[in-house]
Amino acid sequence: MDQFLKSILDNDILVYVVVALLPLVWIVPYALFAVWLERKLAAHMQDRLGPMRTGGWHGWAQSFADILKLMQKEDIVPASADKKLHYLAPYVVFIGSYAAFAAIPFSSGLIGSNINIGLFYVIAVSALVVVGILMAGWSSNNKWSLLGAMRSAAQIVSYEIPTALALLTVVMIAGTLNLQEINQLQTGWFWHWFVFQKFPFPFVAFIIYFVASLAETNRTPFDIPEAESELVAGYHTEYSGMKFALFFLAEYANMFAVSAVASTLFLGGWNSPFGDFLGGPFWGVFWFLSKGMFFVIIQMWLRWTLPRLRVDQLMYVSWKVLTPWAFACIVGVGFWLMM
Amino acid sequence: MPETLTAPLTTSTGRVLRTEEMVINMGPQHPSTHGVLRLELIVDGEIVVDVIPHIGYLHRCFEKHAEHMTNYQQVIPYCDRLDYIAAMNMDWAYALAIEKLLGIKVPERVEYIRVIMAELQRIASHLIAIGTYGLDLGAFTPFLYCFRDRERILDLFEMTCGARLLYNYIWVGGVSHDLPPGFIDKAKDFCGYFRPNIKELNDLLTYNEIFVKRTANVGVLPADVAIAYGCSGPMLRGSGVNFDLRRDDPYSIYDRFKWEVQVGKGEMGTVGDCWDRYIVRVREMEQSVKIVEQALDQIVDGDVASAIPKRIRPPVGDVYVRSESPRGEIGFYVVSDGSATPYRVKARSPAFVNLSVTPEICRGYMIADVVAIAGSVDIVLGEVDR
Repeated sequence: MDQFLKSILDNDILVYVVVALLPLVWIVPYALFAVWLERKLAAHMQDRLGPMRTGGWHGWAQSFADILKLMQKEDIVPASADKKLHYLAPYVVFIGSYAAFAAIPFSSGLIGSNINIGLFYVIAVSALVVVGILMAGWSSNNKWSLLGAMRSAAQIVSYEIPTALALLTVVMIAGTLNLQEINQLQTGWFWHWFVFQKFPFPFVAFIIYFVASLAETNRTPFDIPEAESELVAGYHTEYSGMKFALFFLAEYANMFAVSAVASTLFLGGWNSPFGDFLGGPFWGVFWFLSKGMFFVIIQMWLRWTLPRLRVDQLMYVSWKVLTPWAFACIVGVGFWLMM
Repeated sequence: MPETLTAPLTTSTGRVLRTEEMVINMGPQHPSTHGVLRLELIVDGEIVVDVIPHIGYLHRCFEKHAEHMTNYQQVIPYCDRLDYIAAMNMDWAYALAIEKLLGIKVPERVEYIRVIMAELQRIASHLIAIGTYGLDLGAFTPFLYCFRDRERILDLFEMTCGARLLYNYIWVGGVSHDLPPGFIDKAKDFCGYFRPNIKELNDLLTYNEIFVKRTANVGVLPADVAIAYGCSGPMLRGSGVNFDLRRDDPYSIYDRFKWEVQVGKGEMGTVGDCWDRYIVRVREMEQSVKIVEQALDQIVDGDVASAIPKRIRPPVGDVYVRSESPRGEIGFYVVSDGSATPYRVKARSPAFVNLSVTPEICRGYMIADVVAIAGSVDIVLGEVDR
């Protein structure tokens, strides 16, 4: 991809800018679409219609209208807030989730940066989100925000352990951290996907990863940091206008990022499920986005079905259920590989 | 009950760190205080040390208003606004008190209409209680399912008296309008439609693993504490006390119907926990459907306005009449000085009494549990603050 761009642009810096902007070109329309989709899905699950007016067909322009409204809103900073941190927090959160896209292969020919520690990078950089959330909660000078931020930090840090362990099982099978190579190893029909290899260990790891990723993106039933009926709006209670929109954007970007990692590592990423049928770099983008969106829709479905866990129950799930099982998967795969 | 921190926090050099309790203000504008209730939480981290409810944000001087009307009937619209989720029951409670003061016997048809309306209203009220309870715990969808079903009840009320929330329907000595043509069929349709929906609600929320985990063994209210604080309604029955005014101090024609009082049995945890209070409401809805169906079958013809007095001038005296609202014992103490307006009207509000026990059952739980407990008490601030 960058070779191709270099041949037409003839300028390294321009090429990097274009490659860096590509995920943004995807994330923003995706987030607008996902917000609309979530509202429609929720509405139809709940026997109502959701937005129907804006734009004509089933309120398709509702998200655009919302974002326009948010842009025009007054940016209120509480008088006693820590101004610098308050200003910086939404950007840190957004950068954390946006930067993860740099190493995610959208297709065999489209990847921001084909680095050999891709997976490691994705896990590390998405941990930046916690910092942003803590900054937001602390700087708002609001007790509810602080409580939300503390819960969030505890939650995300503890759920990173089962997440990383679950991903490690795949890394052990693949023998590489490079996401592009991991994808290439899964080429062929869908039974070549890692989720069906060395059954049942990667399959269990996949489920652990999916559950833990729900917690990492603060989605129901783990949406405790922003539990609106307890903590008003959690860490972003004191944010308005475009800064709030950035938190919102980051949440949806994060939802897709974890889904993308799930589909890359477990479900073949950009590989077609049917061998060579509709294969190739172009269709690769289609398969990758479809798999990612599939998980995003599951996340939405869960959100409108389940109640929320309590903080201590959440920690219980992480430390006493997911982490031991993830270890068991690693041990299982390890034995399998040795034999 | 979760363990609280007992050992002091120390640094590596052995110095004891000073820790402090934090005061958090929950409400009056908070999504899960169900109105303008303010809870002052004193927390140690996430553990609640104490809860102090502050009320009065919705005080409208109901009792003083009642003394300054030009006649007794005019108080009824204000009664509507006490428990605006269950306005029919409020109207009825007041009407019962004045009827007793006057010594009026209302016609049979009126009794049946009142029972039908009150039980439909009970279902509507419990639907809100259950729906918002799910919402408090993060389950959004059951809330809208409950409102969808409540809508059908409100439609029935609307076709009867034109109003959907504040009815001014049950008057002293009768009701404002007779049942419209087609009401009985529509009400029967509703009963048939609603039964399967209770099952759907149970599948979606009641027996949901996460929901049970959040509510079982949380906010346990032992029966003796409930009685000592004067709790009533689902709050009392949830604690396993088999007491319902409709059966134990029967008024109107409740003794003619076959139904059962539902009590909490501690199926998921301890007797008197949040889940028990919740399930009592769900099962009471089933019983109410039963009562409505029987009343619809037995209803007799008659003139609903024949017993409405032209002029209400009760003899000098006082009366206390209580009845079972969806939230518990609603009682009116009315003093008459022989004139056309009440000398004194005192409402004994169940939600107010039930709320007073909240601090007792919140201590030692987590902040998230306070939301669960406050939701299970099912307060309506219109009635608490009056």
